[in-house]
Amino acid sequence: MNELPMDKLKGYAETILDEAKKQGATSAEAGVHIQKGLDVGIRMGETETIEYTNDHGLGVTVYFGLRKGSANTSILSSNSIKETVAAACRIAKYTSEDPASGLAEAELMAKNPRDLDLNHPWSINPDEAANLAIECENAANEYDKRINNSEGASCYTNENLFVYGNTHGFLEGYPSTKHGISCAVLAGQDDLMQRDYWYTTDRISSQLQTPKEVGKEAAKRTVARLGSRKIKTTSCPVLFKADIAPSLLRGLFMAINGTAIYRKASFLLNHLDQKIFPDWVDIEENPHELRGMASAFFDNEGVATKKHKIVNKGNLKSYILDSYSGRKLNMKPNGNAGGLRNITIQNTGQSFDDLVRDMGTGLIVTEMMGQGASPVTGDYSRGAAGFWVERGEVAFPVQGVTVAGNLKKMFKGLAAIGRDENIPGSTKTGSWLIDDMTVAGD
Amino acid sequence: MKDIIKLVSKNLLEPSGLCDHDLHKVMDKLLDKKIDAADIYIQCQRIESWVLDDGIIKEGNYSIEQGAGLRAVVGEKTGFAYTDDLVLQQLNEAADSASKIAKAGRKGREFIASSEDIPKLYPSINPLTSLHENEKLSLMLELDTYARKQDSRVKQVSVSLVSSHEEILILNDDGELVADIRPLVRLSVSVIAEQKGRREQGSSGGGARDSLDFLLNKNRATSYAKEAVRQALLNLEAVDAPAGILPVVLGPGWPGVLLHEAVGHGLEGDFNRKGTSAFSGRMGEKVASSICTIVDDGTIENRRGSLSIDDEGTQSQNTVLIENGILSGYMQDKLNARLMKMPKTGNGRRESYAHLPMPRMTNTYMLPGESDPSEIISSVERGLYAVNFGGGQVDITSGKFVFTANEAYLIEKGKITTPVKGATLTGSGPEAMNKITMVGNDLELDGGVGTCGKEGQSVPVGVGQPTLKLDELTIGGTAK
Repeated sequence: MNELPMDKLKGYAETILDEAKKQGATSAEAGVHIQKGLDVGIRMGETETIEYTNDHGLGVTVYFGLRKGSANTSILSSNSIKETVAAACRIAKYTSEDPASGLAEAELMAKNPRDLDLNHPWSINPDEAANLAIECENAANEYDKRINNSEGASCYTNENLFVYGNTHGFLEGYPSTKHGISCAVLAGQDDLMQRDYWYTTDRISSQLQTPKEVGKEAAKRTVARLGSRKIKTTSCPVLFKADIAPSLLRGLFMAINGTAIYRKASFLLNHLDQKIFPDWVDIEENPHELRGMASAFFDNEGVATKKHKIVNKGNLKSYILDSYSGRKLNMKPNGNAGGLRNITIQNTGQSFDDLVRDMGTGLIVTEMMGQGASPVTGDYSRGAAGFWVERGEVAFPVQGVTVAGNLKKMFKGLAAIGRDENIPGSTKTGSWLIDDMTVAGD
Repeated sequence: MKDIIKLVSKNLLEPSGLCDHDLHKVMDKLLDKKIDAADIYIQCQRIESWVLDDGIIKEGNYSIEQGAGLRAVVGEKTGFAYTDDLVLQQLNEAADSASKIAKAGRKGREFIASSEDIPKLYPSINPLTSLHENEKLSLMLELDTYARKQDSRVKQVSVSLVSSHEEILILNDDGELVADIRPLVRLSVSVIAEQKGRREQGSSGGGARDSLDFLLNKNRATSYAKEAVRQALLNLEAVDAPAGILPVVLGPGWPGVLLHEAVGHGLEGDFNRKGTSAFSGRMGEKVASSICTIVDDGTIENRRGSLSIDDEGTQSQNTVLIENGILSGYMQDKLNARLMKMPKTGNGRRESYAHLPMPRMTNTYMLPGESDPSEIISSVERGLYAVNFGGGQVDITSGKFVFTANEAYLIEKGKITTPVKGATLTGSGPEAMNKITMVGNDLELDGGVGTCGKEGQSVPVGVGQPTLKLDELTIGGTAK
C-alpha cells in the first residue's frame, strides 16, 4: 500500500474552509478521511472472499451566525468540494438560530500534536492473509473433535488517514492502522448446534494474538456451550465476563452523555459529585495511551483531549461533553466530542476463579443479546447465555434466559471487578460481579 | 425499465464522461479470467436529514455517496473491489483487483440483448425535492407544538425527517444492464414525559418508498406524534414486567419483528448452504405450528422493504418460506442459489457499492388466520399482551432470539389490564414457532421504519403479522 498523502488531505480541508468563507459562512469546520485495506475471508480451508476496501470522505459544517448546516460526500474532487459546501450553506438557511451552536472555543484547541504511535502498516498480500486465516480455522478444528462446521476465519488490515480543520486556524491529522484476525466455528448437531467466535485486533500486527490462539479460543468457547439449558426463574448474583463487561459501562456512558443530560433523558440527571458506584470504583479516560485503539490528541472539534477521571471513589465526576452540550449545561467541554477514548476501571484484585468462588451460587454471563438498556430510566433487560455456578463451581452451560434489573441499582450493587482483562479494545475492565439480578428462564 | 436505464445511465455515467460502452470494456477486463459470474454495481445515493429538538430545527445534513463495486466470482470464491471515483482508470484497477481471485483463462460470454420489462413498485422520483424546505420544517415544528399540546407532562420532543434518493445501475456478466431509482422517506417522533420525577420515553414513526407527501396524507405525521405521546404517558403508569414463562399474545403489525428474528434470518440461503442455521437441512419438515404461513414479499408497492429489482438485478418476488408449518423456501441471492442449485428469489441485497451482496429479507410477514383478536385475548388466563417492540437479535445457529417490548400489558382472566415496563422476550426459533396456537384475522404490516443489520450491513426492511398467541415464551422482567 502506498504512503497516504497527508499534505493532500490537509489541502482539501483548507480548500473546504476557504470555500465556506467564500460562500458567506461566518465560521466552518471540515473533516477529510481516506481508508484503504484488505480483508480476506476463508472457510473450510479455502479462500472465500478477497475484499479490497477503499473509502474516501469529506464532511463540512458551516455556521452563519447561530445557524448551522452540514454536508458530506464520498467524492473527493474540487468540484465536489464546491457542491458539498453549497449544500451545507443551503441547509443553514433553514435551520433555526441556536444560541448554543458554533465551533468549540479557540483557546481549547489542541496546541501540541502528539505522536501516539498509531500507525503501523502491515504489508500482507491476499495469499499470506488467507494462510493466517486458514491456520486459525485449522487450530479451531483441531482443538476438539466436536467442532464440525465453520463460519470461517478472516484476516484484515486497514490504513486510515484523518484530517480535521476549522476556521480558528486549527488543522491537524494523523494516520492510523488497525489489523485483526477472527474466527467462528460450530459444534454439535441439528437443534443442539452451538456457535461462538473469537477475535484479536491491534494497531500493530506483531501484537495480535497468534492465529492459533484465536482459533483455539473460538473452539474452546463453542464447545463449552454444548449441552446448554435453561434454568428456573430466580434472583441471584451475576458475574459478567470481562469481554462483555464494557457493555455495562456503555449503559453508564449513554446516561452521562451531555446530550442525554441537557435533554433530561437520563437516569443519572443531577448526579454529578454523587455516589453512583461503591467507594473503590475509579473510572478514567486516557486518550493519549500509546497504540490505544481509541487514542487521539484532539477530539472531533479540535479540542485537546486529556486524561481525566469520570468516576472517582464511586462519585460521578464528569459528564461526557462536546462544546454544544457544554454550552447547554454551562460547563466546559472536556474533549469528548465524538465520544470517550480508552477507558480503564479499577479492579478489586481477585482472579476470575476467585470471583466464581466468591459468587457461590449464581450465573456467569458470557454473551448478551438485544438492546434492552434504557438510558432514560436505567431499566435493563437483555437475553443472556453463560454458565450456572453452584457452591463456587461451574455446574452447566446456560442459554435462553434473560437478566434484568436497573442500571442504577446494578452500579451500586457492583460487588467486585476481577483482575482478569478483556481482549484489547478501547475499554479495559475485568469481570463484573453484581450482587443481585433477576434471571428469567423456565 | 428501458427509460430508467437510460435516465440512470445519464445521471451516473455522463458526469464522469463514461458511457455503457466503457462499462462493457471494464466487464471485459473482469471476464479476462476463468470466472463463473461478475457484476459492476454503480450507485449514487443522496440523503437529506433534518432534526428538530428543544423546539427548534437544530440540525440538517445533506450527503452524497457515490461509487462502483466490482465483483468476480469463481465457485464459492469472491473477489471484490470498489472505488468512489467513477473514472475509467479507477474502474479498471478495481476490475484487476477483483479478478485476482480467479486463475488465468477466459469466461465464454453470451449477450442478452434486452432485459424483460420489470414492473416498477415505486415512482422514479426524487423525494428530497418533493416538498419545499419551508414545508418540511413547518411540518416538524407543527408536530412539536402538537405533541406538547397533547399533555403538559410532555417535556421533550424530537422529530427526525429523512429522505433518500438512490439510483443504481448494474451490469452483469451476461451483458445485461439494469437500473433502479429508489425513493425512501421516513419520519420519527420521540417524546419524553415526566410525572412526579419519573421520566419515560415514547416513540413512533413511519415511512415508505414514496415522496414526502406520503407523510402528509391521511394525517400520518400527526398520528406518529400522537402515538409517541400516548406511549410515553402510558409508560409513566407501567409497573415492572413479570419474570418467567407465560403465554404471550403479540399484537398485529410491527411485532412481526418476532418472525424476522425467530424465522427470517435462519432461512437466508448463505447460512443454510453452510449448514450453520438451526433450520439447515430441514426443507419439507414441520418447523412451525400448522396454522403458520410465512412469506418474504418484496413486491408490495411503496413499502420500505420492497424492491423492483434486488441489488443483483433480479426481480423481487413473493417467496413462501413456511407453508402451513412446513419449511418450503429459502431466500437466495445469485451466488447461494447457484451453489445450492435452487432458484434465485430476488433477495440479493447490499448496503452500498462498498459492500458485497448477500441474501437479505425484504418484507417478512405471516398470513392471516381465522381467530378474532378479542377471542385470542380472552383465551388467556394470565399472560402478556405485547403490542410494540424495539429491536431484536438472533443467534441463527442455536435459534435463540430476543426482542424488546416497548409497550405491553398484563392479561388477567382474559382481559387486558395493567401496562408493564419494557422487557426482553426470549425463545428459540423453531420451538417458539411450534407454540403458536392462535392466529388472528387482522394482518397488518408495520409503519415503515425497520432497518435490519447483518454482518455490519444495514438495509431497510418491513415486517408484519396478525395477532398471534404463543402458549409460552420467557419474559425477562423483574417482578415475581
